[in-house]
Amino acid sequence: MSENLVTVVSFSLFLFIIFLGLFGEFLAPYDPLATAASNTLRPPSWAHPFGTDNLGRDVLSRVIVATRLDLSIALSAVALSFVIGSALGSVAGFWGGWWDRIIGRFSDTIMAFPLFVLAMGIVAALGNTVENIIYATAIINLPFYIRVSRAETSIRRQAGYVAAARLCGISEIRILATQVFPNTLPPMMVQISLNMGWAILNAAGLSFIGLGVRAPDAEWGIMVAEGATYIVSGEWWLALFPGAALMIAVFCFNLLGDGLRDLVDPQRRT
Amino acid sequence: MKHEHFLDVNELSVEFRTRNGIVKALEKVSIHVDKGEVLGIVGESGSGKSVTAYTIIGLLDRAGLATNGKTAFDGMLLSGAKEALLSDLRGREISMIFQNPRAALNPIRPVGKQIEDVLLRHVQASRHNVRKKAIDMLDLVKIVDCKRRYWSYPFELSGGMCQRVMIAIALACNPRLLIADEPTTGLDVTTQKATMDLIQELTQNRNMSVILITHDLGMASAYCDRLVVMQKGKIVESAPVVKIFSEPQHSYTKKLIAASPGPKSQLADLIATTGEMSEADIEQLDTPMQQFGQKKSATPNILEVFNLVKEFTVRDPSRFRLPWSGKISSHQTFRAVDDISFSLKRGESLGLVGESGCGKSTTSSILTRLLDPTSGDVIFDGENITSYSSVQFAQIPQRAKIQMVFQDPTDSLNPRYTAKDTIAEPLKRLLFIKKREALNERVIKLAKMVGLPENLLTRFPHQLSGGQKARVGIARAISVDPLLLILDEPTSALDVSVQAVVLQLLDKLKRDLGMSYIFVSHDLNVVRLLCERVMVMNRGKIVETGRADDVLKNPQEDYTRNLVSSIPHFEPNKKVA
Amino acid sequence: MNSKLYKIGWRLLQAVPSILGVIIISFVLTRALPGDPAVYFAGAMADKESIEQVRQALGLDRSWIEQFFIYVGNLVQGDWGQSLKTGQPVTEELLKRLPASLELTIIGLGLAVLAAVPLGILAATNPGSWVDHICRLLVTAGVSLPTFFTGLFLIYIFYYLLGWSPSPLGRLDIFYLSPSHVTGFYIIDSVIAGDLEIFLGVLAQLVLPTITLGLFALAPIARMTRGAMLGALSSDYVRTARASGLSKSMVLLTYAFRNASLPVLTTLGMVFSFLLGANVLVEKVFSWPGIGSFAIEALIASDYAAVQGFVLSMALLFVTVNLTIDVILAITDPRVGLEE
Repeated sequence: MSENLVTVVSFSLFLFIIFLGLFGEFLAPYDPLATAASNTLRPPSWAHPFGTDNLGRDVLSRVIVATRLDLSIALSAVALSFVIGSALGSVAGFWGGWWDRIIGRFSDTIMAFPLFVLAMGIVAALGNTVENIIYATAIINLPFYIRVSRAETSIRRQAGYVAAARLCGISEIRILATQVFPNTLPPMMVQISLNMGWAILNAAGLSFIGLGVRAPDAEWGIMVAEGATYIVSGEWWLALFPGAALMIAVFCFNLLGDGLRDLVDPQRRT
Repeated sequence: MKHEHFLDVNELSVEFRTRNGIVKALEKVSIHVDKGEVLGIVGESGSGKSVTAYTIIGLLDRAGLATNGKTAFDGMLLSGAKEALLSDLRGREISMIFQNPRAALNPIRPVGKQIEDVLLRHVQASRHNVRKKAIDMLDLVKIVDCKRRYWSYPFELSGGMCQRVMIAIALACNPRLLIADEPTTGLDVTTQKATMDLIQELTQNRNMSVILITHDLGMASAYCDRLVVMQKGKIVESAPVVKIFSEPQHSYTKKLIAASPGPKSQLADLIATTGEMSEADIEQLDTPMQQFGQKKSATPNILEVFNLVKEFTVRDPSRFRLPWSGKISSHQTFRAVDDISFSLKRGESLGLVGESGCGKSTTSSILTRLLDPTSGDVIFDGENITSYSSVQFAQIPQRAKIQMVFQDPTDSLNPRYTAKDTIAEPLKRLLFIKKREALNERVIKLAKMVGLPENLLTRFPHQLSGGQKARVGIARAISVDPLLLILDEPTSALDVSVQAVVLQLLDKLKRDLGMSYIFVSHDLNVVRLLCERVMVMNRGKIVETGRADDVLKNPQEDYTRNLVSSIPHFEPNKKVA
Repeated sequence: MNSKLYKIGWRLLQAVPSILGVIIISFVLTRALPGDPAVYFAGAMADKESIEQVRQALGLDRSWIEQFFIYVGNLVQGDWGQSLKTGQPVTEELLKRLPASLELTIIGLGLAVLAAVPLGILAATNPGSWVDHICRLLVTAGVSLPTFFTGLFLIYIFYYLLGWSPSPLGRLDIFYLSPSHVTGFYIIDSVIAGDLEIFLGVLAQLVLPTITLGLFALAPIARMTRGAMLGALSSDYVRTARASGLSKSMVLLTYAFRNASLPVLTTLGMVFSFLLGANVLVEKVFSWPGIGSFAIEALIASDYAAVQGFVLSMALLFVTVNLTIDVILAITDPRVGLEE
């Protein structure tokens, strides 16, 4: 019972976050970029529920608007990673042999790096832009998709229905695409959901240390970085609200992933 | 006055809490075992036989609850007893062995030490002599080279050896009751016999009581004194073995006995009404002969196989070799199929029998052209199909003429395709029927032929029973009018009663559609029911071939003789303990 | 015993392609720079002549393959370029700061293991209890927490609100002199120097950042421990052990935990990788003078040689840790090396 409740709550939260991402700019009470020198560093009040930052900007509006930026960075990175990674992994898992070895080596080489560190290196090499943050995040996520799709494809390549499809004279590539790959999608969905959470954290981490997003853009990571200097003097709201938003978004995707995993697995067992 | 039984289970009821509510696993089950007696609990899947055993020994799953009943062992109350008492009894007084022996042993602990653990726990040995006692146990269960095997890990031992180790662990402290839960499932027939004989010898020597849980009536009758038949959590009948076979009382018992193929049964004897389909239903499956009539062709033999060989290269994983060392030393070739030749007449069915690793599955893969042979020729309907590679063969019209029914119905159906999609796939790909109405019509006709109710066509595999899935697989295979149908253990994953129906269905289809069959199986009795001729394989070679009845009654070769005699069956003249 | 040696040898050999791959990627990244690599590697002090010299040294006018070998040659000799900012060789800068980062990472990982493994075991042996629920909550929340966020808020609570922690400005309060350099690990050095006051000061500074890192590592370790224990406890061989009447502790430790510890050990490798990344964030929050903050400054300043040195050194460290874990696994798990 409680498990169902958790899935329902996380799914509603997920929809809410998507909604904010799509319509945030219309919902924000103030212009997220509008500064007000007379109104700086105000604690939360009725007028500004999340307070104002060091430039007088309304924190609530900035947090809401940041949803779109963070989500779109993470979504683009994950989508890119998923498409390329699952294609590579399926090929490696289905045909094995040299394909498996080469793709495996490629994946292992990426995994040989501490991933966040590699992302830093990639952004340093390609240049400090938001686009490159997306590419860097996509690259460091590739091994996860390669590994999951390779494993799931590998399990199924000996299945009876694959042999039955061969008896129908269907070509190997068609078998992979129409028979095997669709069956690997449910576990991949779980992976995507969990990965989204991690991708958001990564992107925020990179912008926290000053990569990618530039001021005055509103993004959760950079907002926490800006707020960090004020924590020691007690102005906690600049960093708390964007950080909390970040945490809730990631938490939601993780719960969703866990819920999906529970859905996907038991069905297979019965 | 009721005399005390050694083990007394009285009115036991067990429930399980599941996602879908409360499931009743056992309803008022009462069994008893006397000293030195061997009780068999028989039933099909879901009958509750394992649950009974787990409840007795106190190892019921967390989700399970014994709601009623009393269990007493040698006067001691087991039900409701404290865990400390039960833990003391387990292994010392009551032991249990399980199926899948390799998985049931600790994979990272030497087997000898696992025996020691039990001995030390129940203070049957001191630190000084425990190793010797463990090695003695290994010797007792007839493991060769027991001193060295003490250090072996389960993955280094065969399935049969792992089971012996489990027996050693179970009997190390000389318990008075042994519960054996399907101890030989998954083992080869000859290994099964060896294992059961060993259990019988060791337990009789110590006058141990045994509860043998099995779905194999033949085995139960060969090794047990009394039988208890269970169905859906209830006890249906309980009587000495001889009485059960000569005068079965309950209808379910009768069905079970009838459905279990023995050395003398005929196909028509396998009566089975499982709610899936009755005999009457099968008779009504008459399809007009015009659509799928007899094939008229030139050659009398549909299939001729000459000197078929298949070699696999095997890497020896236990030997370390550097990447640049010579290939010759590190690769060994393994001949799965070693120069076999045979032929098959039109309309004939040939059984291909052997134990695991004999090469029968490889042979059937080559015949269906899913695999290329290393050398040799296969002439099908006058044409040499081995001249094409398996990839090329997929493109020619002959592809439709050889089809296959697979062993595991669950594994052979795409979980995301409905039954209709699965059956329609070969029609689309091989007969190029694309129009929806034409497809629908054919699929419905096929469903009728295999006795699959039309409303099930829109269901997914996980919504179908084992027997229904098997029918979908058969419908798919016959959809393209094959001349040769290769059946790879099509019923070994099914309950005995469902197996009976499917075998009768297969027989009828063969007659109606004029197909030739190659029936691959490890079970000689099943093969005998469906096939006129049988071929016995061992280590890639054909050991013996002949009419099925002859081979079973008068096996010529030693290997065949050993195989036939290992099949457990009911002997009316067996001495009662 | 022979086969064990072979397995270890094979694992060591398998590390070679990993190191090769790391170096290749590092090389590719240097050539992907927008602009002139020679400028980046020569450093800020460089004039036209020195840049030309560096260009020759890097072999930028030669073919890719030649460049690669020159590159590897330079690396092996310890020439990893000059830092733009400090003008010092990158290797020197890295070595100077390595102990600070390692101190954080090792203590953080240690704390995490000490907390997570018992938690995971307790959760698995008492499913449905409050310990189990706390564990699962901690795990899901833990992987959602941004490290920099936790760090900041620990500072806010324990430094600003409660005043228990010292000011988060590095390894040691400015009042203290750093202990004389023996290993570079202040904890060890202060003990060697026998100075209790400094030792306590070092410890006080270490508390918050190591707890931040520890919290980050806690979640995946606890999750894996719980999962692996659950798997082991519901396995066939534990059922056999119970059916043989073996004692609870025997079943739990010798049968279940020993088997479960193998995947947990593998997880530790992955966690270490994440920790090296989280280290960077924690060092920024706590102004910790380690490799991470060095790398951040270098990134902002486009000090490419420094960044490359950082990436390369972290990768090599990670490969070494993984290798060690694999060797331990090869020794303890008899099945290793079977599935090829």
